[in-house]
Amino acid sequence: MIRGRFRAAWRPGLLAILTLALASVPMWAPRFWIYIATQALIFAIFAMSLDFLLGYAGLPSFGHAAFYGVGAYACALLALRQVDGLIPLLVVGAAAGALIAAPIGALSLRTTGIYFLMLTLAFGQMLWGLAVNWTSLTRGTDGLIGIPRPTLAGLDALNISLYERGPFFFLCLVVAILTFLLLEMLARSPFGKTLEGIRDNERRMRALGYPSFRYRLAAFVIAGSIAGIAGSLAAMSNGYATPDLLYWTVSGLALVAVVVGGARSLIGPVLGAFAVLFGQLGLSTYVPRWELILGTLFIAFVLFVPRGLVGLVRRA
Amino acid sequence: MFLLAAGLSIIFGLMNVLNLAHGSFYMVGAYIAYSVVVATKSFWLALVVAPVLLAVVGAALELVFFRRVYGRGHLAQVLLTFGFTLVFVDLIRSQFGPTTRSIPPPSGLEGAVQVLGATFSAYSLFVLAVATVVGALLLVGWRSLRVGAVLRAGVEDKEMAGLLGINLPRVFTLTFAFGAGLAGLAGVIAAPEFAIYPGMDANVLILALVVVVLGGLGSIEGALLGAALVGLGYVIGTSLFPQFAIGLIFALMAAVLVVRPSGLLGRRM
Amino acid sequence: MTEVRVSVAGVTVRFGAVAALSRVDIDVPAGERRAVIGPNGAGKTTLLNVIAGELRPTEGLVHLGEQDATPLPAWRRARLGLGRTFQRSTLFDQLSVAENVTLAVRARLHGGWRFWPARERAVNTEVEGRLEAGGIAHLARRRAAGLGHGERRILEIELALAAVPSALLIDEPMAGLSGAERRLTLERLQALPEDVTVVIVEHDLDAVFALAQRISVLDHGVKIADGTPAEVRANPRVQEVYLGAI
Repeated sequence: MIRGRFRAAWRPGLLAILTLALASVPMWAPRFWIYIATQALIFAIFAMSLDFLLGYAGLPSFGHAAFYGVGAYACALLALRQVDGLIPLLVVGAAAGALIAAPIGALSLRTTGIYFLMLTLAFGQMLWGLAVNWTSLTRGTDGLIGIPRPTLAGLDALNISLYERGPFFFLCLVVAILTFLLLEMLARSPFGKTLEGIRDNERRMRALGYPSFRYRLAAFVIAGSIAGIAGSLAAMSNGYATPDLLYWTVSGLALVAVVVGGARSLIGPVLGAFAVLFGQLGLSTYVPRWELILGTLFIAFVLFVPRGLVGLVRRA
Repeated sequence: MFLLAAGLSIIFGLMNVLNLAHGSFYMVGAYIAYSVVVATKSFWLALVVAPVLLAVVGAALELVFFRRVYGRGHLAQVLLTFGFTLVFVDLIRSQFGPTTRSIPPPSGLEGAVQVLGATFSAYSLFVLAVATVVGALLLVGWRSLRVGAVLRAGVEDKEMAGLLGINLPRVFTLTFAFGAGLAGLAGVIAAPEFAIYPGMDANVLILALVVVVLGGLGSIEGALLGAALVGLGYVIGTSLFPQFAIGLIFALMAAVLVVRPSGLLGRRM
Repeated sequence: MTEVRVSVAGVTVRFGAVAALSRVDIDVPAGERRAVIGPNGAGKTTLLNVIAGELRPTEGLVHLGEQDATPLPAWRRARLGLGRTFQRSTLFDQLSVAENVTLAVRARLHGGWRFWPARERAVNTEVEGRLEAGGIAHLARRRAAGLGHGERRILEIELALAAVPSALLIDEPMAGLSGAERRLTLERLQALPEDVTVVIVEHDLDAVFALAQRISVLDHGVKIADGTPAEVRANPRVQEVYLGAI
């Protein structure tokens, strides 16, 4: 049988190590680092959804934070209206992300490459402006605060509360693993291969009879809904949703996470997300000028490690 | 606004590099203006110093960094410039703090003027005048002068330009410097009119992107038209529903995209 | 399989002030092998792009079978049974040779709307068979980006064949191929089922005369001759354009 995929021996090993290392975090890490690891996991889910767009569909979105933020706001608005239950809130986040991604995708996908990037950036900032200005809904720059953590029927019975760091960390880990498996499945499916075909050669795909626009839009909406899930988790984790979640630098950081980690691998973005988040939160705790250092690190990375962290592993 | 979009469009259109740090150049221009005005009380000095300084900075960045990534696709360039926006914002914040600054309009331009029954501040008219003059110069230079011809040759066909004995690397550096200088000029001119704060770079970058998308990439005429449309849309939007002025502009952009994906005056992609 | 007639009527394509094609009529009945020849810049590839739906003609109509295809996008025309190859190989560079062919086979069988990794035994068997028949089975796992020029040209044609088109547009299949590769390609094209309509653009006149039942000649965007190989050979205007090379 012909196996199309280029089997790589490092992949399962790296995955296993990563999962075990992460699962053990709550056992040894100080509270503050559990918090950072939780944030990093959420960011990793977000970055994986972006990698699906960038690495597989070949769509460099610079407005991905829009769906992240919209998911967070949707979750926050419902949670503040006494909607409880983890699953409904995550579903709402996903639905909100997909709902916003559909029209933005439909417009932005009329262009490709750098034009697509500029458009998604512009639309992302538009939603950020909306979050700042639509004060009756979003309370402007103050944001929505006091979001309660949801409950999950089975966990309550076991007397486990998501208000505690350990359980919430595991929740994020589970969602991250599910996201990875879902995206990995999509990437290997005929749908994923079709996206890669369109990325490599749209002209040819059209000549073969594939309506490329519809496939791209589907990928965009899928990625948007996963970003929405990450957004809901972020809202639950922080207890607030502010316009900052939608700001363009968040999109930029996610892109950096994908590229630093290594695009088209789904693992790379996870590594990248941890690197970026440890850089951001870790550095900002100890040094005042963290953005300066982080920016410099990005510059160095883009210049000297073009294939990303995963590229380094592959070579080694 | 036009100055900024023109700078962005030139760098993008001519060198095929999307420069996210363009907003940063604008911001740095405004802060240089602030520093010069505080130190010497002379706005006119700032008007000369800031563009020149930024052109030098732009040239240096191009020589040291951007040159290395031309062959690596847009994404690497965009991330590189994104890194620089973080660095610039932080540098500015560390130097000037997070508070909003402002400078007064230069003497002679503080008052209000009556034109056709409506009242404008003298400084707004000055901004309008400068934009018009620079715009006209750019258009004329673009269309007729040797610089324009050289640059256009560079865009149209890099190999051809090389064959004609044009030193492309130098042209690129100069173009980048020129675009950065324009952004600096825009920053100085905007300084008395708008607030100066870290983060002003992003707002203005997005508006510039919209202008460029609206007008069509790499087209000076397009940048001019796009800036006029965005300016007009903004004014109308602010008076109709102040909270969503920016929404109107984006609606405009969406409408244009549906009809003409390559922008009003853009070449076909 | 349905038989598909390919016809363009009164087609003009202008790029700015330049007319790449002016008022060209070409009618290829179902099952015919038609060659389109002409000097460089005559508008041959433009013609194929108009038929395939990548270029909208400034004026004129394109028919596929009985259907007016002029307003249809390229992918819809492909669904009508139209296939094509490109002058410059356009492959899926990041994917393996087998994956390249799989995409083409899948386009015909059920498209790409499956969101889980499916078994697809039928697809895999067909892909293996096609790689075998095209003489590139040994390359199945190689990435398309790493292939040599001749291998790329062969894969280019296999991609079009794998979609099992009723009508096939072929753009310069022989360009840059070695003698052995030319023979192989020619055999593959001659082995096409009789009811497939073929429009081939080619500079290699030996191949043209070996394949074509009728030949149309373009020069500067105008059709200057149209007929059987013998008629075209005898046509004085064609001899003038080709400087007696025929």
